[in-house]
Amino acid sequence: MVDLFEKYGDIAQRHAKMLELTGGENAVSLTMEQFLSPTRAIIGGRETILAGTNNYMGITFDPDCIEAGKKALEEFGTGTTGSRIANGSYVLHRELEQELARFLNRKHCIAFTTGYQANLGMIAGLAGPNDTVFLDADSHSSIYDGCALSGARLVRFRHNDPDDLDKRLTRLARSGEEKGGRLVVLEGIYSMLGDRAPLRDFIEVKRRHGFGLLVDEAHSFGVLGENGRGLQEEAGVEDEVDFVVGTFSKSVGAIGGFGAGDHPMFEILRYVSRPYMFTASSSPSSAATALAAVRKLAAEPERRDRLRHNSARLHAGFKALGLELGCDVPSPVIAVRGPDEPGTIAMWHALLHAGVYVNIALPPGTPGKVCLLRCSVSAAHTDADIDRIIELFGQVVAGRTEARAAV
Amino acid sequence: MAESPEQIFSELCRLIEPFNSKGITVTLDTDIAADLNIDSVAVMDFVMEIEDRFDIDIPLNLLAETHTMRDLVGVVQQRMGQGS
Repeated sequence: MVDLFEKYGDIAQRHAKMLELTGGENAVSLTMEQFLSPTRAIIGGRETILAGTNNYMGITFDPDCIEAGKKALEEFGTGTTGSRIANGSYVLHRELEQELARFLNRKHCIAFTTGYQANLGMIAGLAGPNDTVFLDADSHSSIYDGCALSGARLVRFRHNDPDDLDKRLTRLARSGEEKGGRLVVLEGIYSMLGDRAPLRDFIEVKRRHGFGLLVDEAHSFGVLGENGRGLQEEAGVEDEVDFVVGTFSKSVGAIGGFGAGDHPMFEILRYVSRPYMFTASSSPSSAATALAAVRKLAAEPERRDRLRHNSARLHAGFKALGLELGCDVPSPVIAVRGPDEPGTIAMWHALLHAGVYVNIALPPGTPGKVCLLRCSVSAAHTDADIDRIIELFGQVVAGRTEARAAV
Repeated sequence: MAESPEQIFSELCRLIEPFNSKGITVTLDTDIAADLNIDSVAVMDFVMEIEDRFDIDIPLNLLAETHTMRDLVGVVQQRMGQGS
């Protein structure tokens, strides 16, 4: 018999090379030994500015959220020990769903145990084998996996290209093979380059062809729009967006995810969506901290203002250094293009040792085979933090992004 | 519109060039992912180029059983037989 791990030989080799370049440290095995605040941790014994945690609102150490989590732990215990369909819902899950529906101004909301499962559960719940799902080429893996789980016909269109979607919808109609419904999946902010979907243009296509529209606001929920309802609010098209997906592991600072919508049959998803049905529900403390955080996001719009200010400051600072960025419009995701893979790994490692943690993103996880040093900005960063990040990128990255054979 | 399997194969060879970074000689028996060592995203990008070149729709879920260039020529022929 062939060794089951034989197929991973190339990946193992690539991983070994990364370890060689960083003296045994890498992004996957990195350990945060102690947290000092939402934006500071001790890594390798050094105090490090965190600029790669997706902690957009800096809410993870909010005293009210922590208090809510403690109270839930004491009142409801450490875990739910089962799924909602078999073992029942806790009042916290219900309250969380109601709070989210209110926040989003939607009739229905379902909470999932992780953000990954929210996409799996919504996409595979909505689409079945006779339906067609159209997905953006740069979609997150959870969207691809949700599509695969659905068994639907899958059509991929060019990233952020409404005309390309239009063309593919026309092809499908012409093929005469169409049987069921159509679902188009977009993201509010794309996680690698930080660019927004041109939502208004996609809605023009929707008016021409007709389809169900799902927007994954994972990186934009709580972040974009006057009230934090995401890109759908910022673009002024909430009425045209049929389903909203989001996660609690970014702006909400917990773990879990949700799907929301106004369809009169929405609640049936609880009985057909396998990623909802066959997994344990979120722990009481996680549901309670998410609930408290969603209330904070509604009550404290100044967090969004602060995040916008910080994002604009970092974006402008990087621009001034002449760095090549993933997107011209500032968002809390700011990706800096690195040189080749070894060069980018070396820069990531040098930044870490100089005191700033960012994400390293490599193909095939990135669009167009680019290597990225990806930063995520937090409302909890100070101006001094942002300026320090810019300074370190100036020392480590600026002027050195031409591809090199080896470092 | 009717292109022969040879013409389709030669077009596919042209379209795969940008993804064939190791310059491996492509035959009908070449396993696209394994022999050319290209990742899943590159395979999907390649398929998108094929869709646009032939103005056809190749749903990704149809590709599970498509491994070699010969399989792919078959898929293109089959898809060109639909609609239009």
